[in-house]
Amino acid sequence: MNFDILIPLLAATVLSGTPVLYATLGEIITEKSGVLNLGVEGVMMVGAFSAFFVAAATGSPWLAFVAAGVVGMLAVSLHGVVCLWFQGNQVVSGLALTLLGSGLANYLGTPYVGTKAPGFSAVALPGLSRIPALGEIFFNHDPLVYLSYLLPPILWFFFHRTGIGLGLRAVGENPAAARAAGLNVQRLRWIGILVGGFFMGLGGACLSLAYTHLWTSSLSGGRGWIAVALVIFAFWRPGRAVFGAWLFGGVMALQLRLQASGAQVSSSLLLMLPYALTVIVLVFSSAWRKSDAAPAALGVNVEPGE
Amino acid sequence: MQLQILKRTRRISFQGAVAVFVSAILLSLFFSGVLLSLGGTPPLAGFTTLFQGGFGSRWALEDSVLKAIPIFLCSLGVAVAFRLKVWNIGAEGQYALGAIGATGVAIAFPDWPSWAVLPLMALSAACAGGIWGLIPALLRQKMHTNEIIVTLMFNYIAVYLLQYLVLGVWRDPNSHGFAVSATFSDAAIIGPLSGATSIHWGLVHCIVLGILLLLFFRYTRIGYEIRAAGENMNAARYAGIRVDFLVCLVIAISGGLAGWAGFVEVSATVNQLQPAMLVGYGYTAIVVAWLARLNPAGIAVASFLLAGLRVGVESLQLDLQVPADFGDILEGSILLMVLAAGLFLEYRIVRKGRT
Repeated sequence: MNFDILIPLLAATVLSGTPVLYATLGEIITEKSGVLNLGVEGVMMVGAFSAFFVAAATGSPWLAFVAAGVVGMLAVSLHGVVCLWFQGNQVVSGLALTLLGSGLANYLGTPYVGTKAPGFSAVALPGLSRIPALGEIFFNHDPLVYLSYLLPPILWFFFHRTGIGLGLRAVGENPAAARAAGLNVQRLRWIGILVGGFFMGLGGACLSLAYTHLWTSSLSGGRGWIAVALVIFAFWRPGRAVFGAWLFGGVMALQLRLQASGAQVSSSLLLMLPYALTVIVLVFSSAWRKSDAAPAALGVNVEPGE
Repeated sequence: MQLQILKRTRRISFQGAVAVFVSAILLSLFFSGVLLSLGGTPPLAGFTTLFQGGFGSRWALEDSVLKAIPIFLCSLGVAVAFRLKVWNIGAEGQYALGAIGATGVAIAFPDWPSWAVLPLMALSAACAGGIWGLIPALLRQKMHTNEIIVTLMFNYIAVYLLQYLVLGVWRDPNSHGFAVSATFSDAAIIGPLSGATSIHWGLVHCIVLGILLLLFFRYTRIGYEIRAAGENMNAARYAGIRVDFLVCLVIAISGGLAGWAGFVEVSATVNQLQPAMLVGYGYTAIVVAWLARLNPAGIAVASFLLAGLRVGVESLQLDLQVPADFGDILEGSILLMVLAAGLFLEYRIVRKGRT
């Protein structure tokens, strides 16, 4: 394979990994607080649709981007109400959120299928984009990609150096001890859910505003679930999530290229690739570190009045 | 006035539980009604069409029963796994594998008589679905992978596997380019109960399998062990119950039932393998299992109700041009409301100071 093919492929890798990266980071934040949110797929879908809708209505992609985050927060607040207030089962509530979110986005989006909306386009970073090879791969993208480069260090700082971030982790590890230490468990879990949902919504916005620029039914196509898997692959660390997301971006980009090149492989098998890879990656990372990297209280509700 | 949440000391009465569920479902219908009017459909007319279409005529009721058959079987499987807190989200994929397994037999033996080919199709379907469930279970027990994600990924893989087969080796040469397998021989088709109805023998499969499962849980040692381990897995382990084995067994049964559903559907309803038969029964089955609190009799009722909603959504689509995705919204919001309503079954809310 020569560089003329390889470099655009790697650039496409970063581009198609970015929506999954936002969603994975969102799920990491939520899970760190001890709440399992399996609704990522649904939240990404409503995020993608609201971004598309706002961009089409106002013409402003940045407004649309923020709107997707806010709608993502609204969507996950359902999960918060069911699990934090009403003690519902977190696994099943997340599934319900996926059903509801995907259904809602497809339902409201029906009149828009196949239409376009203004979105982000590539902006070459002055200077950096001139670096041979690397410039083309990393610094000739839309602003949402650049923003995603900044997130892992910011999140690292948040989890290790800020009071809220440390409190969030404490609540995820041992809610009873955190409460004894004077932390407000419910409030910190709400923060984990809402901030996480904001990022999941942004992930959806990346899909409709930067990746496709047009609305189709079931736009997310399982990326939300892949994000849930990547959290485990990343051992709940934002930095590792970047590599996970790009790995998947790479497979998706490669699969599209192979289909377009008319390779002698069935398209069904190519489409299967990202999901099969998710399973393989999950098996290896789980066998390697077992489950000790997970927040100890993940998925466990805190009883009222406790 | 301050409120306090207290754990119930006595179990809620049956009437109380029904009242809680009915109000949860009414609330979610209200929410979906708001969405209907947002989409430009008058909610009252919408719900009339929905319920008339799902339950309002003999034809509608028969169609609801027909759709309830695969949902019931999948949901029975989901409930078996959920009992042991094994989160098998893969009913959709196991159902697809069942359909593939049954089709393989039907295509391989086109001249066999019914009494030979149908049992073999059922066996092959149940095995295919069971193995599709067993792989994630083995990965969970041996490699500590999360079965929720693996079973879900297996759904996507199964969809593309089915597509691959009907686009490739099993494609009917006379299909004019459509991705479908050859139509089954008459012997490989499960027929209707009588000439007067469209309801087929799959209903009898449901009843028999449901009763067998009930007997298995109530009267066998393994069934008892599964119930005990579902209550408290660690305690069961200390008591010498082979939990690892039970997890694998339970998910094999679960996948087998979903596979059986795939067999019934492909044989009785579609008569050939085609991607359009994957309409999300496996996901509806999860909603049904949770609505019924994993109870088999409840699953029978809930699968009929949700099947009716699916049929009703079809007439909404035909008569009022409401997108079919409205069905997902209905199911998702019903599930969320019922989850939230669960609080009132476990806890009671009182004014502070009283107990």
